[in-house]
Amino acid sequence: MQPSLTDFQDLFVEALYNPEADTLTLLTDQPGFSVYRNTVMKGAVDALQANFPTVERLVGSEWFLAAAAIHARHAPPVDARLVYHGSGFPEFLDRFEHAQQMPYLGNVARLDLLWNQCHTAMEEPRVDVTRLAALTPEELARRVLKPRRAAQWIWFADQPVFTIWRHNREQTPMPETLAWHGEGALLVRSGGVVTWHALTVGECAFLDACKAGAPLELAAQQATETEPSLDMLDLLTRLVGADAFAANEPA
Amino acid sequence: MNTSLTLGAGLGLKADHYEAAFDCAAKGVWFEVHPENYMIDGGPRLAWLETIGSRHPLSLHGVSLSLAADCAPDVEHLQRLKTLIDRVQPALVSEHLAWSTWRGQYHPDLLPFPRTGQALQRIADNIQHTQDVLQRRIAVENPSHYVQLEGHACSEIEFLAELSARTGCGLLLDINNVFLSAHNMGYDANAYVDAFPGEAIMEIHLAGHSSDPGGAALLIDSHDAPVAEPVWALYQRLIQRVGPRPTLIERDDHIPPFGELLLERDRAQTLLEGLPCNRL
Repeated sequence: MQPSLTDFQDLFVEALYNPEADTLTLLTDQPGFSVYRNTVMKGAVDALQANFPTVERLVGSEWFLAAAAIHARHAPPVDARLVYHGSGFPEFLDRFEHAQQMPYLGNVARLDLLWNQCHTAMEEPRVDVTRLAALTPEELARRVLKPRRAAQWIWFADQPVFTIWRHNREQTPMPETLAWHGEGALLVRSGGVVTWHALTVGECAFLDACKAGAPLELAAQQATETEPSLDMLDLLTRLVGADAFAANEPA
Repeated sequence: MNTSLTLGAGLGLKADHYEAAFDCAAKGVWFEVHPENYMIDGGPRLAWLETIGSRHPLSLHGVSLSLAADCAPDVEHLQRLKTLIDRVQPALVSEHLAWSTWRGQYHPDLLPFPRTGQALQRIADNIQHTQDVLQRRIAVENPSHYVQLEGHACSEIEFLAELSARTGCGLLLDINNVFLSAHNMGYDANAYVDAFPGEAIMEIHLAGHSSDPGGAALLIDSHDAPVAEPVWALYQRLIQRVGPRPTLIERDDHIPPFGELLLERDRAQTLLEGLPCNRL
């Protein structure tokens, strides 16, 4: 009896991912069925390769493609926009038994994901520096600075992930000695190009507070509680210069 | 708009070719993209598409609406397609007679199904719904085939003609798909092209193919080579019967320099312009 279209599609998907499946054998016994299996796998692996170039540079193509194929078999894309495929890849690498010697690999993948977010984020006008500079100290303290969607940051508490990511992304030699401490990173798209900057823990705390809607004075207070030696004026100058903030009205 | 009056032979748009595509002044040229790659909020890629669209006609050729899945198209995905259409105002919008998204997962290929009465009703409903949401006519493409399926109630041409009759949708005839499916499934490509309902054809695709690296005697729709001579011959046979239609050269792998692709496009443009009923 002819299966319903729903049943056919359930059986077909099962046969795509499970070579041992004993359903639809009239199809899977034909050499042409492997064309579908190969194309589906290649589509998912190609998307991971496009979205995680730094991970690939770090581990080499052969290792990367093998890992991507394992991931692709167990976690098909959930979004047809393959530019967003791989949100679960960092967690996969965290747990992947063959990556246990590289415990930073999942975090390197997180920075690649962040780069993609910046690259595809909506356009927003940047904050007007001259208007900001014209504010009185009281007005500035009350001002809410909203990070642009094309500005993304992350703090890694235990690993020098930004240094590892940056040298592989830029294809520059790694430092001979790597100080094993936490690092933060800010990625910003400006003028169509994504750039990256190192951040300290207090600087990340400042951006977190800004994103949560805290006025400048409160955000600075939270940042200096996290990192008492933080130079707020220097930080603000660097963040505004990096186009991290969107234009908005005073709170 | 009668697109055949304004669109000649076009090219698939590749990121490496954005500047050359924008600058291109070839007569009749237009550019096609997969909308999935541009369903993003912003950034340089979307900006390039808008820039190129300000000078050249665009076509959005979807690969993931999954019209042949036994469920309605994904609401968010369809809305994103509508948003992109509103943004870049394409001359053509098309999809495939296939499925790829199923139960929340996307299987990146154009998958086959038995052409039953149930499938016909479901796909007609999906096309109708898509056209209602997008508020425009779409073209539906014949896919490539690699396996013999049991349970077909009618031929692919009868199925496509009935979808067009029920929904008013147009058809996209991919001649490379006809050629390699005829080879893989053992039917006559000339007879297929001759029987295809010409009046419904909104667009024609031409592409290269390759032999199955797995060793089976199959041809694969790999889009990694120039259009093969037998495919050009089928193309000429078709347009001599139905007249000029917007024609796309697809290339997705082993992509040559823009100038080389343009020369291949020029061959299609010359054939279109040489037709006795040419109105390009």
